[in-house]
Amino acid sequence: MNEIQNPERLLDVQGVVKRFGGFTALNGVDLDVKKGERFGLIGPNGSGKTTMINCIAGALANDDGRIVFKGITLDGKKPNERTRLGISRSFQIPRPFGTMTVLENLAIPLEYATRTPARQVREKAMDILETIGLSERADHNSGSLTQIDMRRLELARAMAASPDLLISDEAMAGLSSNEVDDILDILFKLNERGITIIMIEHIMRAVMRFSERIAVLDAGQKIAEGTPDEVVNNPEVERAYLGE
Amino acid sequence: MKLNSFWLWAIVIAAAGAALTIFDVIVINKFIYFASYVILQYVVLATAWNIMGGYMGYVNFGSAGFFAVGAYSSVVLYKLIQAPLLVMIPVSGIVCALLGLGMGYLTLRLKGVFFAIATLAMAIVLETLITNWEYVGGASGAYILRPRTIEPFGDYIEFLFFVMLILAIFAVAVARWIERSKVGRGFSAIRDDELAAESTGVPTLKLKLLATTISGFLMGVAGAPFAMYVGFVEPASAFNLVYAVNSIAMPMIGGATTWLGPLVGALLLGTVQQVATVTISSELNLLIVGVLLVFFVIAAPDGIVGLVRKWRRGGK
Repeated sequence: MNEIQNPERLLDVQGVVKRFGGFTALNGVDLDVKKGERFGLIGPNGSGKTTMINCIAGALANDDGRIVFKGITLDGKKPNERTRLGISRSFQIPRPFGTMTVLENLAIPLEYATRTPARQVREKAMDILETIGLSERADHNSGSLTQIDMRRLELARAMAASPDLLISDEAMAGLSSNEVDDILDILFKLNERGITIIMIEHIMRAVMRFSERIAVLDAGQKIAEGTPDEVVNNPEVERAYLGE
Repeated sequence: MKLNSFWLWAIVIAAAGAALTIFDVIVINKFIYFASYVILQYVVLATAWNIMGGYMGYVNFGSAGFFAVGAYSSVVLYKLIQAPLLVMIPVSGIVCALLGLGMGYLTLRLKGVFFAIATLAMAIVLETLITNWEYVGGASGAYILRPRTIEPFGDYIEFLFFVMLILAIFAVAVARWIERSKVGRGFSAIRDDELAAESTGVPTLKLKLLATTISGFLMGVAGAPFAMYVGFVEPASAFNLVYAVNSIAMPMIGGATTWLGPLVGALLLGTVQQVATVTISSELNLLIVGVLLVFFVIAAPDGIVGLVRKWRRGGK
């Protein structure tokens, strides 16, 4: 094992295995993500991308292997503890706190993950909503948002936890081409502020443009890793997506 | 602390209660105290239920279990050391808080309907245990001799009424505090989406245990004076389904998202039940609750408080 932790390395996934009954969703996957990196995670449906995210964020416990974040082993840590350490995620299907306004949605991570005093919550939340382009909806009920705004809220809420690592799980699925660009702009902006981003995406145009490095999962295994160009030209990847 | 209108009201009501009992304003009919005691007891129960059910979305069908354990804790204290009421109340509260904490631990992983069933099962298990416990009278029940009078209230029932009034104010104040605090916002996040709450840093496990503990404490406190009130406690009456049903129905009818809801629901439904008991029959109570509950779930899912708010907004 690598005893000397590379200080550049923010997230280190070592041989993670996750089984659901007899089905092995992840079979010894290694990933390493550097600080400040834009990392893409792609793969066909059912290849284990979301399972990987759930293991990193703590929604699922991996059966084997370990996940190290900022030099801390995450095994046994609850999702809320991981959020406080600096891992934040958005959900594939938006999961807003439906009885709350947009601003109140952000107040939860602000108060719980970053321990922002109640009187500063509004100001900080408005800052984030400004960045994400949702400030006009601040006092709207979160259940009444349009799809794109719902995705924005997912990202805004994940941001409110002031993460070092943001995992965006298919934030663009089902959006129009212009809307995809909007979300991409937001993610680039966040990355410029020093936030490391893992993007899971099916929209190749977006993930290729965004990522500095891409890992490809297929049937629970990592079959390729490299720059977008390397990955696209990898015959294994082609086979996984298009078949023999 | 700044004296806002809530605390002003609380003090006025407590003072009115004290005056009413000490100066014997109502001399003609003592039944008023008996009836009001029951209504106030429901204010405590409904408010306690709502902390878990309304704020956090965990439906507890075992309220009767907590209430009865509160009542039986008092029976044990009475048998052991002839403890006075003011000792019984905090001890029963603590016993039920621990029960709530234990229930929280055991049912942690259960959600939705499974949690509800587990709480119901817990109440049944507790009833079976008490029924088979000879020390507290088993199935045949236990007699408690309450003092006839107590100074400066005069008749003991007036004292019980006053105590329950203070407990009701206390319960509502606790609920109101939770609602306006970070804890309350965490509860709401859990109710709306537990997975999202977890991943935004809310310590869901701790908050769930806190809710079951506080709710349990308040239910125990509501049950503690029961033995003194009726003078005879038996499992069938202490574990009566009516307590479980009412503590769910009252917040639902009043409005489950605010402290005002269970208060309004309990005062209204409790009064209707007391009037019905005297004028028609006590058997009719559950029917009234059932019909009202069906009506409100369909016509006003946010309860009376929600209805009034909507109406006000529309009027503007």
